[in-house]
Amino acid sequence: MITMAQALNAALGDAMAEDEQVVVFGEDVGALGGVFRITDGLTAKYGEDRCFDTPLAESGIVGFAVGMAMGGFRPVVEMQFDAFAYPAFEQIASHVAKTRNRTRGRVGLPLVIRIPYGGGIGGVEHHCDSSEAYYAHTPGLKVVTPATVQDAYSLLREAIDDPDPVVFMEPKKLYWSKADIGRLARTEPFGRAAVRRAGSDATLIAYGPSVPVALETAEAATQEGWDLEVIDLRTIVPFDDATVTASVRRTGRCVVVGEAAGFAGVGAEIAARVQERCFHSLAAPVLRVTGFDVPYPPPMLEHHHLPSVDRILDTLDRLQRDDLPDTRFLALGGAA
Amino acid sequence: MTGLAQALLPSAEPVRFLTDEGAVAKGRHRHPVPDPGLLRRAYRAMVVGRRFDAQATALTKQGRLAVYPSSHGQEACQVGSVLVLSEGDWFFPTYRESVALVTRGIDPVEVLSLLRGDAHCGYDPVRHHVAPQCTPLATQSVHAAGLAYAERRVGTGRVALVCVGDGATSEGDFHEALNFAAVFKAPVVFLVQNNHYAISVPLERQTAAPSLAYKGIGYGVPSERVDGNDPVAVLAVLTSAVEHARSGQGPYLVEAHTYRLESHTNADDASRYRTDDEAEKWRRRDPIARLARYLRRRGHLTDADTAAWSAEAEELAADLRARMNADPELAPLGMFDHVYSAPTPQLTEQREVLRVELSAERAADEAEEALT
Repeated sequence: MITMAQALNAALGDAMAEDEQVVVFGEDVGALGGVFRITDGLTAKYGEDRCFDTPLAESGIVGFAVGMAMGGFRPVVEMQFDAFAYPAFEQIASHVAKTRNRTRGRVGLPLVIRIPYGGGIGGVEHHCDSSEAYYAHTPGLKVVTPATVQDAYSLLREAIDDPDPVVFMEPKKLYWSKADIGRLARTEPFGRAAVRRAGSDATLIAYGPSVPVALETAEAATQEGWDLEVIDLRTIVPFDDATVTASVRRTGRCVVVGEAAGFAGVGAEIAARVQERCFHSLAAPVLRVTGFDVPYPPPMLEHHHLPSVDRILDTLDRLQRDDLPDTRFLALGGAA
Repeated sequence: MTGLAQALLPSAEPVRFLTDEGAVAKGRHRHPVPDPGLLRRAYRAMVVGRRFDAQATALTKQGRLAVYPSSHGQEACQVGSVLVLSEGDWFFPTYRESVALVTRGIDPVEVLSLLRGDAHCGYDPVRHHVAPQCTPLATQSVHAAGLAYAERRVGTGRVALVCVGDGATSEGDFHEALNFAAVFKAPVVFLVQNNHYAISVPLERQTAAPSLAYKGIGYGVPSERVDGNDPVAVLAVLTSAVEHARSGQGPYLVEAHTYRLESHTNADDASRYRTDDEAEKWRRRDPIARLARYLRRRGHLTDADTAAWSAEAEELAADLRARMNADPELAPLGMFDHVYSAPTPQLTEQREVLRVELSAERAADEAEEALT
């Protein structure tokens, strides 16, 4: 059995062994091996030139990575927590994302920004944000998030080899998830979603930490006669419209699940894309189950905030299987 | 204060080799006097650069540039920052470094692409070892530190020089860059052109430090301040700084005291925040006039030289005028290129939308032409 944390560690180690230009740096990634131990042992094995601690300054870390990438290296930097990556946002939005386009292809930045994200681990304030929408909204970035141990390895290897900058979002909640994998291997390239469970009645679309919740929901829903399909996006950017569209056109119903606040989030984008492409196949509105539009709550309250199996099951009731209209929006006269 | 800390501090007064009038200033210096060949090259580049700057300002008034931030009065820094570098060294400019880029040998039309608005970066950064002109403040300082560190890791012997203004020294990235460069001994020179105004905000509102060069000491970065309108001193101090970096001793910070004689850009009105008297005082400290006097007295500058270089400057201006007065060839579909190394399916779809719009526009134009 191997954990997602170990798979990520193996991906970094294997990439460093294969390519001497790969360097890993950030806060506490050296002797400590990172606060989540994702870089554990890399300094000991590959030396202080290959995996090193930096001053505590996220904008500096990302900007330094931009310079090193211009100088021929392939930096993989760690932001310690989702909300602690915000000081680097200007570097990411104004330089990491735009440099290839600004220089008309002459300067590419093959670098990876690893960000542990999301809640569900009892973290205190500023340690549980789902910040993927900020990055996904920024053209020039690829935004990737694994939901399985195998994908953690495969997607991180892809990210490090990718000629474009990748924001690699690691669901903290799944760091200790385990899988029995004989050999970690690279599987699919970026841009291919995975159908984690085939089904015919409705499609649940999820990514990262919400994928196991969606799968659990699908199992529970069989009791109520639902045969649900579950799609794991794997890469938010590039987005796999083909897999999503094919599934929803077949099932005719769709629920998007995500931890982030729903308003103007990735889930909103997915819902919009689905209705644009599947309108004539839809038997019900595309629904979302997301975090509430509140600052991430204190750890003792987070279970009320995160999309749960029960909340997703309740949402299935609004998919108009019995042709009954959704009563949720009565104030607006119903979902007419 | 310990000796080590003391050694990081700049001179008590800005280093100057020339008086305001271009005579030799009194005092001893820890920086060697630049050789006459370098000073002559600097003179020539300043003459050409000032003419370029005036032409760019004129083109802006004629509507050929969206905006132009002039460096009139700052020529010693513009030219000096480039002439102290070797071909392989890296230069990190801001939007005000157009004259520096022309001095670096980049086609003036390519230099002005950003400001004309036909491309974000008109030149090839890899070919010239010049980063794109940076419009966010101080963000490029961290890139310079990272790239210089990469060069040191590979052992190329190359250095980076990054330009920022007085306002940018208040930005966090400037401080993070100094710190990273010092911790990783990155061979990078930070040149602060303190032209006393960040658009309209005067230096007193940026800092309470005795000098912007004092910002190095907290990071362990040796610093110097220099009369930025004294080309001899600018070249001397920047040469020392580059040698310091190249010899493996890490970063170096230089604050050059200078003055922006024009407004921030053509869109600004400097009379709202500063007096003519102040500008006049700096006009009398003109770097070109000061260097001319110094070189002539030593027999390093003749009438033939000045005539030839003035002619060269006029030629550059005429060529620039002619080429900038022609509308640039635009390729709208190019905006989809190089967002990623290969287009995503979504970008391919969107490119097609614009392609269809463009061909419909073209067809409509052709139909209209056929009618008239």
